[in-house]
Amino acid sequence: MAKNIAVIGDGESIKGFSAVGLDIFPCDDPAEAAKLLRRIADSDNYAVIYLTELVYNSAEKERGRYEDRMTPAIIPIPGVTGNSQTGRRRLSGFVEKAVGSDIIFNN
Amino acid sequence: MAVMNVNPTRMQLSKLKKQLVTAVRGHKMLKDKRDELMRQFLELVRETRDLREQVERELLLCNDHFVNASAVMSKQALDGSLLSPKQQISVEVGSKNVMSVDIPQFETNTRTADKGDIFPYGFAFTSFELDDAVISLDRVLPDLIKLAQYEKSCELMSAEIEKTRRRVNSLEHVMIPRYQETIKYISMKLEENDRSSRTRLMKVKDMLLDKAHGYSEQYK
Repeated sequence: MAKNIAVIGDGESIKGFSAVGLDIFPCDDPAEAAKLLRRIADSDNYAVIYLTELVYNSAEKERGRYEDRMTPAIIPIPGVTGNSQTGRRRLSGFVEKAVGSDIIFNN
Repeated sequence: MAVMNVNPTRMQLSKLKKQLVTAVRGHKMLKDKRDELMRQFLELVRETRDLREQVERELLLCNDHFVNASAVMSKQALDGSLLSPKQQISVEVGSKNVMSVDIPQFETNTRTADKGDIFPYGFAFTSFELDDAVISLDRVLPDLIKLAQYEKSCELMSAEIEKTRRRVNSLEHVMIPRYQETIKYISMKLEENDRSSRTRLMKVKDMLLDKAHGYSEQYK
């Protein structure tokens, strides 16, 4: 089944994505964005949902519901405010979960 | 390790022995599964880490381009140019089975085949900085989608590895020792019963012989 790709975040960071064919959901309030995430993730129309790091970090509870499903894949991306290493920490969390301790990112 | 609460009978003993064999075989297989999953997972994580670093660098560049564009264009003009997109990306979601974990495979399709359709605006009233920004974003997009696929796979695989590891550990440190202990307990109990009935028989035999021939009187 064909699904789309969504981007949630502050308008400044994500407005460019609409030009290349992604659905954008500008939202400046993190709490509001968490609700938005839940709504569009439950609609099951999206295979991938990119969140800016700010939104990603504030929507922890909402994200948890989709962790063990194949779609949507919820992926953090850096916004205009710069990179806060959220993606790296997330990956390191996976390694820690699987191996027991982080053997990849501890350099 | 606690012995299971079972009746010490031969039936139970042979049942437990069968269960122990199954548990040992299951433990070996799960251990192999865990090791192979771990190998593939670590490979994938390394790849994902490099891809993420690259994507983040490129996204940062895209943001720079957009900042440049917004410096030379008014906010209204910029937002207006991006307001009605021509292009639409759809993703075909397939799945691949890696050691019993279903990981996603994303195939992207664009609504229009024309590469130029990423510009939802006419070139007359927009700055070339905006073109740069949109082009750079378009370039990073395939990697961005690949990153989503990789990261989701990592997430699913790490959960499966954790589950398998728990199973392996519980078999290795709880189930198998418990079976072994119980089997030992039952066979010892059976031997004990055996011995006690044997001595009882000997005793009874003595008593009967004594009654018939009066041996105990003779040896006094």
